[in-house]
Amino acid sequence: MLDADFFRRWMTVTAASVDREAERLTALDSEIGDADHGSNLQRGFRAVKDALEKEPPATPGAVLTQAGRLLVSTVGGASGPLYGTLLRRTGKTLGEAAEVDRQQFAEALRAGVDAVMKLGGAAAGDKTMIDALLPAVDALGESFAAARDAAREGAVATTPMLARKGRASYLGERSIGHQDPGATSSALLISALLDAGPGDAEAGGGE
Amino acid sequence: MSEVSDEKLVGIVLVSHSAAVAASVAELAQGLSGAGASVPVAPAGGTGSGELGTSAELIAAAAASVDRGAGVAVLTDLGSAVLTVKALLAEGDELPGNTRLVDAPFLEGAVAAVVTASTGADLAAVAAAASEAYGYRKV
Repeated sequence: MLDADFFRRWMTVTAASVDREAERLTALDSEIGDADHGSNLQRGFRAVKDALEKEPPATPGAVLTQAGRLLVSTVGGASGPLYGTLLRRTGKTLGEAAEVDRQQFAEALRAGVDAVMKLGGAAAGDKTMIDALLPAVDALGESFAAARDAAREGAVATTPMLARKGRASYLGERSIGHQDPGATSSALLISALLDAGPGDAEAGGGE
Repeated sequence: MSEVSDEKLVGIVLVSHSAAVAASVAELAQGLSGAGASVPVAPAGGTGSGELGTSAELIAAAAASVDRGAGVAVLTDLGSAVLTVKALLAEGDELPGNTRLVDAPFLEGAVAAVVTASTGADLAAVAAAASEAYGYRKV
């Protein structure tokens, strides 16, 4: 089962991972965006990590709802409302439960991804974070490792795509040949689930 | 940027990536609309630290400051400004209850919104006037 501590560790591991990869995210964003994705997410997830350490919320839903709210208010770019909505809607869907299993989490995350698609108007294949998140959600019922692999493959698969949403879409065909920064950071977020533990068997729900 | 009026007027929030753009459009819209000086208008531009970007906190503070009980119309420039307002409306409770994101061109819509609000029109009429600004052809 996954408790509030697990979700707090997920955010902490994500913050560390974004710290480590910030330069790469910004470099990807300088190719087809406005070169602030790494620093924006770094600011946001540091704020999330600090707030959750200072006053740890009691339930999985509360951890993600607060994390989402902080991302909306601290990131300063489009990734703030997008990641903020993802976590906030996921957290709200988890409700008040003290523990959830991996299946419940997978269903809640799907609701979060749906909310992001509604907010940004992006669909699969538009060269956005959705291209990493959708396959990850599909694989999450199987295992965290499968979700990580699916997210990474989804991010890599954005390289030949033509951007249809966001600033990169103004570039038209020049957006082809670059991996999408948002899909790349989404893969970091999903990969962090594995390092936050517990193992897949303990997380339950799929075996 | 606003004066308190006895009549309940719709408040206007102008959200831009740039603090200078938001403040200047607010000044221009009020200046061009004559009676518009009585309409509560608040700019919410840039990040809290003065860089280009969008601040949910500045937006929430601006909306609270112009809420006179008749609703708040929010106009935005693009990208994260639009998404941040939408996210606040969809998921949060940080904005006054009767707040609406208006689909309108930023500058022309702001002028139309302030002029319409100054007549005492309701939020739906203010939003409609701002949206109609998409149709102002110049050539």
